[in-house]
This record gives sequence, C-alpha cells and structure tokens, in this order.
Amino acid sequence: MKIEGRVWKFGDDVDTDLIIPARYLNISDGRELARHVFADVRPDFAGAVTAGDIIVAGRNFGCGSSREHAPLALKAAGIRAVIARSFARIFYRNAFNIGLPLMESGEAEELLQEGEKISVDLSTGKIENMTSHKTCSAQRIPDFMRNLVQTGGLVEHVRQNKLKKKTVRR
Amino acid sequence: MAMTITEKILAARAGLKSVSPGDLIEVKVDLAFAHDVTAPLAIRVFEEIGAEKVFNRNKVALVADHFVPNKDIASAQQAKRMRDFARKHRIKNYFEVGESGIGHVILPEKGLIVPGMVVIGADSHTCAYGALGAFSTGVGSTDLGAVMATGEIWLKVPPTIRFEYTGRKRRWVAGKDLILYTIGLIGVEGALYSAMEFAGPVIRGLPMYQRFAMANMAVEAGAKNGIIEPDRETLSYVRERSTLKPRIFRSDPGAVYAKVIRIDVSRIEPQVAFPPSPANDRPLSTVGKVSLDQVFIGSCTNGWLEDLRDAARILRGKKAAPAPSSVRPAAGPAWAVTWGSSQRGKGPFRRRTAISSGAWGTRRARFISAIPTWRRHRRSWDALAGLTNYRWLLKNTRLRCCPRPSSLHVRTKYASLLGMSGA
Repeated sequence: MKIEGRVWKFGDDVDTDLIIPARYLNISDGRELARHVFADVRPDFAGAVTAGDIIVAGRNFGCGSSREHAPLALKAAGIRAVIARSFARIFYRNAFNIGLPLMESGEAEELLQEGEKISVDLSTGKIENMTSHKTCSAQRIPDFMRNLVQTGGLVEHVRQNKLKKKTVRR
Repeated sequence: MAMTITEKILAARAGLKSVSPGDLIEVKVDLAFAHDVTAPLAIRVFEEIGAEKVFNRNKVALVADHFVPNKDIASAQQAKRMRDFARKHRIKNYFEVGESGIGHVILPEKGLIVPGMVVIGADSHTCAYGALGAFSTGVGSTDLGAVMATGEIWLKVPPTIRFEYTGRKRRWVAGKDLILYTIGLIGVEGALYSAMEFAGPVIRGLPMYQRFAMANMAVEAGAKNGIIEPDRETLSYVRERSTLKPRIFRSDPGAVYAKVIRIDVSRIEPQVAFPPSPANDRPLSTVGKVSLDQVFIGSCTNGWLEDLRDAARILRGKKAAPAPSSVRPAAGPAWAVTWGSSQRGKGPFRRRTAISSGAWGTRRARFISAIPTWRRHRRSWDALAGLTNYRWLLKNTRLRCCPRPSSLHVRTKYASLLGMSGA
C-alpha cells in the first residue's frame, strides 16, 4: 500500500490544540473542521493543503487533550499519513481508529524537507524522497492496524468483523 | 514464561497463555467507562456501528461529572444524551448529580473495580484504577463506542517500567509527591506507551487514596497504564465495597522489564509542579514565597475524602497573610474545592461541607465551603444556607465573583474544558 504526497513539516510536541484549536470543538463535521486545522500556528495550512499530503514531525505528535477532532480534522483536510519521531499514545489509537495511518521514524525528520514529494510504503515502512532520491525507513505498521486503515477505521472494522454473529440493525 | 502483572492480566483476558511487549491482542473488557463529555461521542460511534445493545449492561459505567450541575444548554444536552442512552440500555451503573461524584473516585468507591480486571475508559486518567491491581487505560470515544458494542478492544502489550520506592518517607510526603518526583525524573514522555509498575516497601505502606493518585498520573509520563500489585490493603479496600471476585496477579520474579528505576524516597521533599508541565516539579524548599491568588483542592487525582482531611489538617487554625493593599483589595486567595467522593464523612465532613478550618482571607471565617459535587443543586443550596456564614463569605471574600454554588464546581483538571476544549 503506497502513498505519494507532498511534505508539510512540523516540530516537536505538536499538541491537539494546535492541530484544532479548542474553540472549534463544537463542530463535529470533518470537512468543516478541516477548514480550521492548524488555524493558530499556520493559518495558511488549511488553504494550501491538498489531498494526499503527508505531515512530517518530531517527537510526541498529538500530545495534550485526547480529542478525536484532531486526527479527524487532519484526515478531512486530505492528509494521508503522519510520520513522526513519536506519537502521544491516545492520538496514536484515535488516528488508526478513524483510518489515518501514522508511522514512527527517527530519520525522516532530517531527510525530508518541506514541500518535497515523497512516497511511503505502509506495508514495509519504506520512505522514499522523490526529490533527492534518498530513502529511509519507519517502523513497520503491524498488519492488524494496516487492515484497520484499509477497512476505513474501527467503526467499519467492527461492523464487518465483530457484529456478524450478533444482532445488527442494518 | 515469566511475566509482569500487566502482561498476566492482558494474557488472561485475551485468552492466551502468555503475551510479550509489542504483541497486538484483542482483550475482553470488564468495565467500560465514559463521562458526560466523552460519552455522547462514543454513543454516536456505537450507533454508527449499528449495534443494538451494549455488550453487558452491568459492565458499562456512565458518570456525569464534568459539567454538573450543567453550566449551559449545550452541556445539559450532552448530559441528556448520556442519560437517555443509560435509560434505553438499562445501564446499571449510571450516576448523575444526586448520587454522583468524580468518576475516578466513585467507581472504586462503589466497588465496581476489583483486582485483575481490564478497565477501558474514555478519559485519559482512567489509569487511576491500576492502583487496585487492575489493567486500566484511557482511550478516545471511537474506541469506547466499539467497546460498548463488542466488549472487546485491540491493545498492544506495553513494555513495563518498574519503579521501586525504598527508604523512609519524610513528613507530608504523599503518593502525589512520589509521582510528581517520578515524572520530573523521567519526563512527560518518559514512559510513552509503557506500563508503569509501582513497587517496593514504600508503596506497600501507602494508603489506597495515595495509590490512586499515583496510578492516576501515570498518563502524565505518557504511560498506557499505571499498576500496583494487590496486597492486604487492596483486598481489604475491595472487600468492604465489592461483591465482585478479585483475580490476584503478581509480577513473576524473572519478569522482563524495559527498565527498573530505584528511587530512595528519604531524599524526596513535598513536590510542587510549576507551569507548564507536571514534569517541571521542584522540591518545596526551593520554591520560596509565592503569593496565592487562587487555591484549588480536589480533582480526580486528589478528590478523596482523605485528601480533604489532609488539607484540613494543614489549614486548621491558619490564617492567610494579608495581601498588600496596593495590589488588590485585601481579600486573600479565592478558593475552590471539589470533592470527588460520594461518601459521607464524619465530624465536620458530615455536614456536607468538606473542610472546617481556621481563617482564610483577612477576616475570620468558620468554614471553607466546599460544595460537594454529588448533591442536587437545591440541596447544596440548603446545605450551604445552613452555614450561617455562607452569605457572609460571599459578601466578604473573593468568592462573591461566583454568585451561585454551581459556578464553584470548577475543576482545574478540566479547567480547559470550561472553554469546551475537549477531554
């Protein structure tokens, strides 16, 4: 499963309040949320991001409040994957649960620059910089979680796999 | 194979003989918890999934504890959504204003959690229940919605970091000081994705409410769960409250730890965490004199009856220093106290006021009016009206900026939430 896209770079400790400021939490529609993503730190982001782009960041991405609006806003804005040195734990779960893949890589931050085109292989963890043609690797995403992303998230996964035997409304 | 207590609980509930850190497993959940902020979203997910009923109506706990009494229409609607869901699915453990408290305090208190359980909660501080020797971790609303539908959750088995506390505690050093010191030592990412296992003779000597405070804050070091092996103290706590059968797990002597950190507590002073992070903690003696504008006692970490007793013991007979009149009217600091417990106390606690103390502000007041969060709005009023000093307090202290009891229900842990900033 390969993803190609343009890089947006961020630093360490990008918290969920930076991703989607608290004043927008009364919105639950993804597309509406996407218009305000990174509104305080990078007001140009929401307008310039295009479908398929990839975020590359440092340590502890998604820390702070456990709001699910954050991964939802990123996904709705068109972000296809986030590569970071490390992620906050609950953000990590939330992202996979809504079908946004995350990859942990210590090298990516140095190798990849803003605006470069890269290709990411979700099944092997290989990251290729299509501008400089250098490669690096991220930790492999476990199969189960890759499936989660492919199915489209936890809701779909549960609907397809878990509730077959039990009573399902639809 | 030698395993840690966390690994043993997860293996047992996944139906496996053994698990190792990094394994992805599906685990059966013994209790799913959400509160009035996270439950509405989880309920939406539950409905999106298309589930018709919750996996077990006795194993879901819903507690209205963030915006109660409701501060505005939006929070009243959230509470209503949860209440309607609880009624529809006949959720046994649904608690609201009249009999509620702070979720992380009342669930153990009402005997819903016993050793060996897997508890999943839509709140980051759900790790608190690890103090009872249960595996307990916080998740987002999507996860919780799925748990309510299936009774299962996917988990990655965390590596365990063991913290061994030895030595003799100094006076006034409590579990909260130990955990703040520990977080200061390892940093807010120091236990990322890991289990924090608190052990050693000092932990065995801690009363339950201080163990809860430690496990509660494991998440502040990035941990997945905090856990303490059950001992006599744990079991007597559980037996007094619960009819559920505890399953006792203990770490094997040969268990593999990612790290073992030994801490000599005799060097630890009471700790003060400074902004901006819980890792920025300093020993009390280096803090110097700081003038206080607001004092907050309580929260889900320290909202136990015993915490308030400790505070009362410190405050009794004391008087706040008058503030320089050039700075502001000499009224002393503003106080807010939230009591998480639904328990009734004895002595001064019996009267639904939490602390009887000496003075605060420059004039003498008989009571610090801690308004118990679990009382009905009107009854809180009545209880307060019974304190002849209450109106006097409102008139003469900075509390007058909070004209109604409900506005005193401010909980700093959730202070950011008051601006609707998520869980």
